[in-house]
Amino acid sequence: MFYRENGQFKTTYAADQQIFAIAQDRWAILALIAFAFIGVPMLADEYLFRAIFIPFLILALAAVGVNILVGYCGQISLGSGAFMAVGAYAAYNTFVRIEGMPLLLALLSGGFFATLVGIFFGIPSLRVKGLYLAVATLAAQFFCDWAFLRIGWFTHGNPSGSVSVSNLQVFGLPVESPLQKYLFCLALLVLFALLAKNLVRSAIGREWMAIRDMDVAAAVIGIRPMYAKLSAFAVSSFIIGVAGALWGFVHLGAWEPAAFSVDRSFQLLFMVIIGGLGSIMGSFFGAAFIVVLPIVLNQLLPALGSLVGVEISTAAISHTEFMVFGALIVWFLIVEPHGLAKLWSIGKQKLRLWPFPH
Amino acid sequence: MKLRQLALAASLTAAAVTGALSSTAAFAQAKEQFFPVLVYRTGAYAPNGVPFANGYVDYLKLTNARGGINGVKVSYEECETGYATDRGVECYERLKGKNGGATVFQPLSTGITFALTEKAPGDKIPLITAGYGRSESADGMVFKWNFPLSGTYWVAADTLIQHIAKKEGGYDKLKGKKIALVYHDSPFGKEPIPLLQERAAMHGFQLSLLPVTHPGVEQKATWLQIRQNRPDYVLNWGWGVMNSTALKEAQATGYPREKMYGVWWAGAEPDVKDVGQGAKGYNAIMMQHGAEPNAAVVKEVLEKVHAKGQGTGPKEEVGQVLYMRGLQAAMFAVEGARAAQERYGKGKWVTGEQARWGYENLNLTQAKLDALGFKGVMRPISTSCQDHMGASWARVHTWDGAKFVWSSDWYQADEQIIKPMVKNAADKYAAEKKLTRRGGADCQS
Repeated sequence: MFYRENGQFKTTYAADQQIFAIAQDRWAILALIAFAFIGVPMLADEYLFRAIFIPFLILALAAVGVNILVGYCGQISLGSGAFMAVGAYAAYNTFVRIEGMPLLLALLSGGFFATLVGIFFGIPSLRVKGLYLAVATLAAQFFCDWAFLRIGWFTHGNPSGSVSVSNLQVFGLPVESPLQKYLFCLALLVLFALLAKNLVRSAIGREWMAIRDMDVAAAVIGIRPMYAKLSAFAVSSFIIGVAGALWGFVHLGAWEPAAFSVDRSFQLLFMVIIGGLGSIMGSFFGAAFIVVLPIVLNQLLPALGSLVGVEISTAAISHTEFMVFGALIVWFLIVEPHGLAKLWSIGKQKLRLWPFPH
Repeated sequence: MKLRQLALAASLTAAAVTGALSSTAAFAQAKEQFFPVLVYRTGAYAPNGVPFANGYVDYLKLTNARGGINGVKVSYEECETGYATDRGVECYERLKGKNGGATVFQPLSTGITFALTEKAPGDKIPLITAGYGRSESADGMVFKWNFPLSGTYWVAADTLIQHIAKKEGGYDKLKGKKIALVYHDSPFGKEPIPLLQERAAMHGFQLSLLPVTHPGVEQKATWLQIRQNRPDYVLNWGWGVMNSTALKEAQATGYPREKMYGVWWAGAEPDVKDVGQGAKGYNAIMMQHGAEPNAAVVKEVLEKVHAKGQGTGPKEEVGQVLYMRGLQAAMFAVEGARAAQERYGKGKWVTGEQARWGYENLNLTQAKLDALGFKGVMRPISTSCQDHMGASWARVHTWDGAKFVWSSDWYQADEQIIKPMVKNAADKYAAEKKLTRRGGADCQS
């Protein structure tokens, strides 16, 4: 009844090609962004900002990056944690080594160096495919773990191998309080998500999808596999690198290579698989599922226990969290193998017919 | 239909949870001194994390059984970090404002310590990192909120070298000797390296660094190197499952366990008990206390907490090494709050900021320790504005196949070496962070 595009005529190319072609979508997204910028800061407290929203935003950004590579271009990568690490350490080095380096530029330089590393480790994708490529990108993970643990230059000669940053500011505005950090991450995320959304609808995005669906056929119709694959690696690792830099700078403040271990790579891959391969929206769902759900479960269980008068031990909570979380992953994958984004689009489809489904 | 049910169920549980949360908040109306407890009862480091957590919580229970801190009851809440930095940060954010505000945090992980060091000053909550964390944080003039009470890794490394020199018969005998450091490849394991390098340059021994990646179950290559090089001593800087693996590998390689020395996190019952007789002769430097089944405080815990069925964890583990470490850490936390009460009002609840003053002016004399039941467990400790560590004593104990026995006298870390290193490292940190050293006036506050 409310959600239908009947009567919305497109009279120009620009109107036809806009990101959200349906007016309701456009307004909903605008309202969502406005809510995130204005409503959330009024409602949320410090804990929500620091422990839930900021990690969620940053990992959602990383998931957008991974989705471009895995979801759109079909190149399975287990090196996402490494690209995050490159972003974080490169941003750190430019930030502390160059006097007066603006934060934003440092973050982008993190993305730039992650791009270089991403392209380099993307070269095997020209020869190997699928699971074999996943193993090849695993090399990036181990190489970066090794490099940031062993080469003292990257950590600015810090003997413990842990680095830290402070006094963050953008255009003279401090990025210190939870609210400022939240708004900063949100602004970057919105920017990158819209850029990514546009990119995947463009010619290059279609090239990526052609490569993903059948690379031989794509090559036959004139798509250069090398260009398409390496550009996917470049764009994806740029975004992941910026996310990594944010994770270190804004979320943790001080970090060590373990913050970007192979577990992080798996976590990001699971985010895009559960959220929905080949969907920017899905990256957000996946990030919310993987980041927020364990924390919610962890707090829900003792509360539920106290309702029925049982005190649950910390270890039991933690074990239950793992079990419930694992079960939910399996359940979602059985119910909807195409991820949460597919559930979302089914929902939209149903809404279109509602309330007269027949 | 399904979606609607799901949404209904979700909103119902959400409503139930908010109800439950607000009801727990209502209980905490009486001002209780709140001690958040970051633990890891699961994961690769759980065998060592669990006894520490049990000791910590038992001491807080004992404090309440003793009538609180001058009448102020203590409350606590555990949060599972799994030794992961991001979960640790989440736990910190979750607990820091609860029940009127956290008194102090003890993360029990070097990685989490690094992350919280950046956050604690802003929140005005002190951090106690008794025997771990950043070594340079002993410099209270730069690290206002960090308290590595009674020992840092530099102290551990320094006293270990002193012990080895004594075994060899003097520092001059160390020349040309080979010492290998098998370390957990993380900030925790890397902390002692600068000090060992300093000592190696001083005495002319050859230091080889052998990293072991997290979690430490794969050490075949490391021990192959040890078999080839035959170092005179092996220092084991491990935690959790890494320690027992190292001992098993040493046994397989045929490296004498008598020549192996662990840090104080690598010399507890969970590390050796699976290896049993194979670990006989293994040594570890101890941050003052060891296994103390006969200490007065242990008996008191058994009597006032465990006998009433309120004990945390198995009764048999009370008094073991890591249990004692937890007990001691909680004692520091409580005594700091007590010291703060001396200044800000006896029998009154103190804020984290006030507690920080207490930790900075902690003076645990022998008489106070005896009264707390820590006689023979540890030596007096007193902190100041400059010195946030308070004591740098250590001794070595050895596993005899069934229990740990003391095998050395007391050692004190060499101020001459550690002080300049701490100052340099702290200055470097201050320069990076654009902090200025605290002045004399700040020390009064």
